[in-house]
Amino acid sequence: MSELPELTSEEIGRYSRHLILDEVGVEGQRKLKGAKVLCIGSGGLGSPLLLYLAAAGVGRIGLVDFDVVDASNLQRQIIHGTSSVGVPKVRSAAARIHDLNPNVVLDIFEEPLTSANALRILADYDVVVDGTDNFPTRYLVNDACVILGKPNVYGSIFKFEGQASVFNYQGGPNYRDLYPEPPPPGLVPSCAEGGVLGILPGVIGCIQATETIKILLGQGTSLSGRLLLYDALNMRFRELKLRRDPDAKPITELIDYQEFCGVPKPSDAPPAEPFSRLSVTAAKARLDAGWAPYVLDVRRSSEAEIVKLAFADRLQPHTEVLHIVDELPRDRDILIHCKMGGRSAAAAQALADAGFDPQRLYNLDGGITAWAQEIDPSLPTY
Amino acid sequence: MAVTIHIPTPLRVYTERQASVSVEATTVGEALGALTTRYPSLQKHLRDGEGKLRSFVNVYLGEEDIRFLQKEATPVGAGAELTIVPSIAGGAA
Repeated sequence: MSELPELTSEEIGRYSRHLILDEVGVEGQRKLKGAKVLCIGSGGLGSPLLLYLAAAGVGRIGLVDFDVVDASNLQRQIIHGTSSVGVPKVRSAAARIHDLNPNVVLDIFEEPLTSANALRILADYDVVVDGTDNFPTRYLVNDACVILGKPNVYGSIFKFEGQASVFNYQGGPNYRDLYPEPPPPGLVPSCAEGGVLGILPGVIGCIQATETIKILLGQGTSLSGRLLLYDALNMRFRELKLRRDPDAKPITELIDYQEFCGVPKPSDAPPAEPFSRLSVTAAKARLDAGWAPYVLDVRRSSEAEIVKLAFADRLQPHTEVLHIVDELPRDRDILIHCKMGGRSAAAAQALADAGFDPQRLYNLDGGITAWAQEIDPSLPTY
Repeated sequence: MAVTIHIPTPLRVYTERQASVSVEATTVGEALGALTTRYPSLQKHLRDGEGKLRSFVNVYLGEEDIRFLQKEATPVGAGAELTIVPSIAGGAA
């Protein structure tokens, strides 16, 4: 207790609702003031997490993010505002945190977390909170926490569903005990494709903040050994048991997480594909020259309601494209597009596998987003 | 015996949007087999080329991970509830 920082009278007033809780009290609040928490990401999960940790009086908060605020973030990333669009997220978040609680000391890391810097960045913190949005960084954060012996407060979201747990805490299981390996790219849709209810990361981020504060206070029962599932649509919480995997390989060093997660390297030769790829400019030039392909949009109908290409012939989600093989022309070129070009490539591959002449199959690289950015700026992007 | 399988959101595109599916089975493996027979496009998302359950897809009987029971040989009784829980990363993955 003696080495914990004292509270100033301003802090005693600010934290009075904590101080009168038996489970926090002056000693607990001094623990929070002396605590150091690292938040990886200041997006959907990081926004509420950072706000509540700062408001609660965590003395030192590290923030890792190299992204820039985009207008499409504001539906859920509530630490940022309209005036911050185009501004680095760390700067936008820092301004908000400073306004909320100037007592908080912020460490800003405006860089991607990598195998080269993770152990150095994580080393100084008591608790690490994983608010990332991709598998390589999740495994990196997990492994670095295991190597350094730090608790890792986990949260993850998709559409209307969230998961939360506490890993590597008091001898409990870690992320690799839950999922030994990541899915290969393309087998799970991303939030950018699948969408996410804006409030969902708020709920999961607040659960992560709660678990972080409990760990710092040494109070309550943590989520260690339990996986909490949240279903917003049916408003249901479920709990599953999480155990250490006796077959798990020990984690002794950081690896190449991009490679581990199957993310292709820029140097890798592209895989041989039976279909052709067209950039939006190449497609536009061909269309202007009289090319008249059958245009197949493989997005979902909710996306087509937002924006569509005026010359599209058919809308059919990429997962159901094989349901309409009898209705697609065999004697015409088929130009397939989606939002970004990933799902349409999968659809082109599926049609080639289903016996369509691969020389007649064209994928629109970059999808309708690239078309809107490079060809027709009157179209909205989403 | 009638077993209920809860389908997570990311996989519902392969189950005609069904959030839960009822099948007849006496083991976890039979239940999953009945599920993929009914919805064949689910197969590659649950199992690898050798037919093994993928390592980023966990299956729970009640609250217990079947990896810590008898895996796919785990017996299921009438009214058993299986939950498929795939790994989800968040925004970009």
